[in-house]
Amino acid sequence: MEGDIAQMGQFIGAGLAAIGSGAAAIGVGHVAGNFLAGALRNPSAAAGQTATLFIGIAFAEALGIFSFLVALLLMFAV
Amino acid sequence: MATESAGETGGLSIHPMDQFIVSPLFGDGPVGMFTITNATLWLALAVVAVLLIMVISTGGRSVVPGRAQSVAELAYGFVHKMVEDVAGKEGLKYFPYIMTLFLFIVCANFLGLIPMSFTTTSHIAVTALLALAVFLTVTILGFVKNGAAFLGLFWVSSAPLALRPILALIELISYFVRPVSHSIRLAGNIMAGHAVLKVFAGFAAVAAVAPIAIIGMVGVYALEVLVAFIQAYVFTILTCVYLKDALHPSH
Repeated sequence: MEGDIAQMGQFIGAGLAAIGSGAAAIGVGHVAGNFLAGALRNPSAAAGQTATLFIGIAFAEALGIFSFLVALLLMFAV
Repeated sequence: MATESAGETGGLSIHPMDQFIVSPLFGDGPVGMFTITNATLWLALAVVAVLLIMVISTGGRSVVPGRAQSVAELAYGFVHKMVEDVAGKEGLKYFPYIMTLFLFIVCANFLGLIPMSFTTTSHIAVTALLALAVFLTVTILGFVKNGAAFLGLFWVSSAPLALRPILALIELISYFVRPVSHSIRLAGNIMAGHAVLKVFAGFAAVAAVAPIAIIGMVGVYALEVLVAFIQAYVFTILTCVYLKDALHPSH
């Protein structure tokens, strides 16, 4: 019985951690959307900023990956 | 990681994490320090792929490049421009290292996309080593090039004086989190993508949803091809950013 409750907590925790992936999706969409909004206003400057775009996306995404990692650890390592 | 069989925990006929198990290539012995495993094989194949792309294909050195030589030239130009844009002219001295990193990660990612292959970059052990090498290189380089002035990276001189110690602490923490996020970003992305592929493959065993699952798999696979390249690109460009910080540490 106690093991069952512990396992239930593990699964609930993993599911909660997966919310972080959605939050990261909001962040990445925000970065890309704002880039596009700026790029359409001044297309000539857009080409030089793609590297910045990817750096921004990478930083936003890293935190989502962290939450994914927490979910994985809860599912398989704890 | 995936020792429990899928039957008792879920309804899937294959476990999505089974593909990441490191097992010996010959025989069934335990995996020791020097055991030749499937990871060894696919890491070696990635190196062979880099050799094929860069050394063998440019062996002819024709003025009008053929197909293989064009690929090599494109890759060279792509990374060269990236280093020059982000790290500046001084960064070009370290171009060979960054080129090596980029090609190795790209080849390892794409080899992992071959069905039934082993994805080496999905293991944190592999990416942590790559990221740690970058971290140590950049830190040592920063101190060798700038001496104690490298610590200016943590002292935000444009901020109000009262805030600077707090900002210094935050900068210090973010500096030491770099290798962690650098390695987990690559491994996590690749691992998550491949696990999603396997989950869809598990659904394909159920006859009712098999067509949807297979179409979904094709879509996810296409996305994974994109991710394989973008993650290699992101890893490389972050290396360039860290290199720039080491060369010009003033804030």
